[in-house]
Amino acid sequence: MTTNTPVPGLDLTPAGAAAPLPAMVLAQAGAEIRAMLRNGEQLLLTMIIPVLLLVGFSSAPLVDVGGGSRVDFTTPGVLALAVMSTAFTGQAIATGFERRYGVLKRLGATPLSRTGLLLAKTLAVVAVEAVQVAVIAGVAFALGWRPGGSPLAALALIALGTAAFSGLGLLMAGTLRAEATLAGANLVYLLLLGCGGVIFPLSAFPDAVEPALELLPISALAGGLRAALSDGSGPPVAAAAVLAVWAALTLGLASRTFRWE
Amino acid sequence: MDSPAVEIIDLVKRYGRTTAIDGLSLRAGRGAVTAVLGPNGAGKTSTVEICEGFRRPDGGTVSVLGLDPARPELRARVGVMLQSGGVPPAMRCGEWLRLTARFYANPLDPAALLDRLGLTEHARTPYRRLSGGQQQRVSLAAAVIGRPELVFLDEPTAGLDPQARHACWELVGDLRAAGVSVVLTTHHMDEAEKLSDHVVIIDHGRVVAEGTPASLTGAERQLRFRARPGLALDELLTALPAGSAAKESPAGHYIIEGQVGPELLATVTAWCAAEGVTADDLSIERRTLEDVFLELTGRELR
Repeated sequence: MTTNTPVPGLDLTPAGAAAPLPAMVLAQAGAEIRAMLRNGEQLLLTMIIPVLLLVGFSSAPLVDVGGGSRVDFTTPGVLALAVMSTAFTGQAIATGFERRYGVLKRLGATPLSRTGLLLAKTLAVVAVEAVQVAVIAGVAFALGWRPGGSPLAALALIALGTAAFSGLGLLMAGTLRAEATLAGANLVYLLLLGCGGVIFPLSAFPDAVEPALELLPISALAGGLRAALSDGSGPPVAAAAVLAVWAALTLGLASRTFRWE
Repeated sequence: MDSPAVEIIDLVKRYGRTTAIDGLSLRAGRGAVTAVLGPNGAGKTSTVEICEGFRRPDGGTVSVLGLDPARPELRARVGVMLQSGGVPPAMRCGEWLRLTARFYANPLDPAALLDRLGLTEHARTPYRRLSGGQQQRVSLAAAVIGRPELVFLDEPTAGLDPQARHACWELVGDLRAAGVSVVLTTHHMDEAEKLSDHVVIIDHGRVVAEGTPASLTGAERQLRFRARPGLALDELLTALPAGSAAKESPAGHYIIEGQVGPELLATVTAWCAAEGVTADDLSIERRTLEDVFLELTGRELR
């Protein structure tokens, strides 16, 4: 230990003042992004599984996608999966454990307000999504993806989907024990991956359940992206509406029930 | 600057049916080190967490730097060290300090602070891989990095090895010298006696005594010894000079107060010899805060 030699430059004279809000939000967002990219399990969910699914289901005739090209069908679904993995699964698990380890409480004692913290989390999620979209689109292009339609509509859907999935993730993280959030978030990821029109078209399910499945946020995002990124289909209004309702519902509930400790 | 660092009047906090804080009042002066002392479950952490704005009181008033503890502007002026946790386990401790530093306008240099607390070589170690004492020091560093006017330290030296404890004490001394107000909780008597200007002893959610360490322990010395329980102290008292006091607390531990000098020592040992009793661990000491606490509450502190 070096405690006996006073270090120059350690002026403890009180001078407590908050940094500007944007600086605090950027600092926290940077830390969250680093944590996400450093976590092996998170990378598996956010990068590796989506890319493997994209390559596998685009190259091999594993599912009947109707008449179109495999990669054109698979890529929007995988993009939706990527958004869900970051905004929902990753965020729910990370936030659940931050709550359990007292990190949310401790941050509450810094000048970073709760609004600032939520802004930082959103910023971090969006930044990681940008990396995911770049990687997935790059691989898809290499596999012969030829998107049409409106990229702008696709971005709007991704934004709505991010809000809906963040609300769902924060709802779990703020109310359940961290272990329950971990198990629950992975389970929901798998269920929505299987029955949300990501890889398997919803038309593969019995007619009785298909309308119900279409109301899932993942189906709305996957289906909406598929429509937005192909020529000839109108703007994906129904999908956007489903996502907006999910977002309003989950964010509203989360903000009422979230326990910081 | 006229308001005290902390002023608590008739504070009440209940958790369900349990009353954790029961009409507690205390005042922590500006620029002073105030130790809140008490056994586990006395209400120390509840009191501090109300001051930190984490919990709302059920009754009474609390003001921190003259403001309601819930006021957001206090976050920049008050440093907080939680009793445990608060740091992401996977984050490197240097990274955590650089992050917290960026929440403040005039922070300390994280590298200098790490150096000061002997953590430089662990700067790249994830928090969860640090020893308990190293983790405590990281939390202490984060509490002061924003150059606060007031610091709350909840059991800052719990689980620290002697070296780390000393480093923590030194930093508290430096904070005091720089004019920072410090409120710390502890159940270590020596810590309270050594560090603080003002000691508040609490038990069952109430203040049982407060004052400077010297005023609480008194200047008087006392004679202590151990022997078999149940000695007839009334008889001993008749042999001692008027104004002396003798008691057995706890069983088998005897304390004689009064004009403690060679004469009194001789009288006590002679009396013991006449009773056929060997007085063990015979010593002349000042009262400690531990004695004060035991007297006031009938309970051991730890």
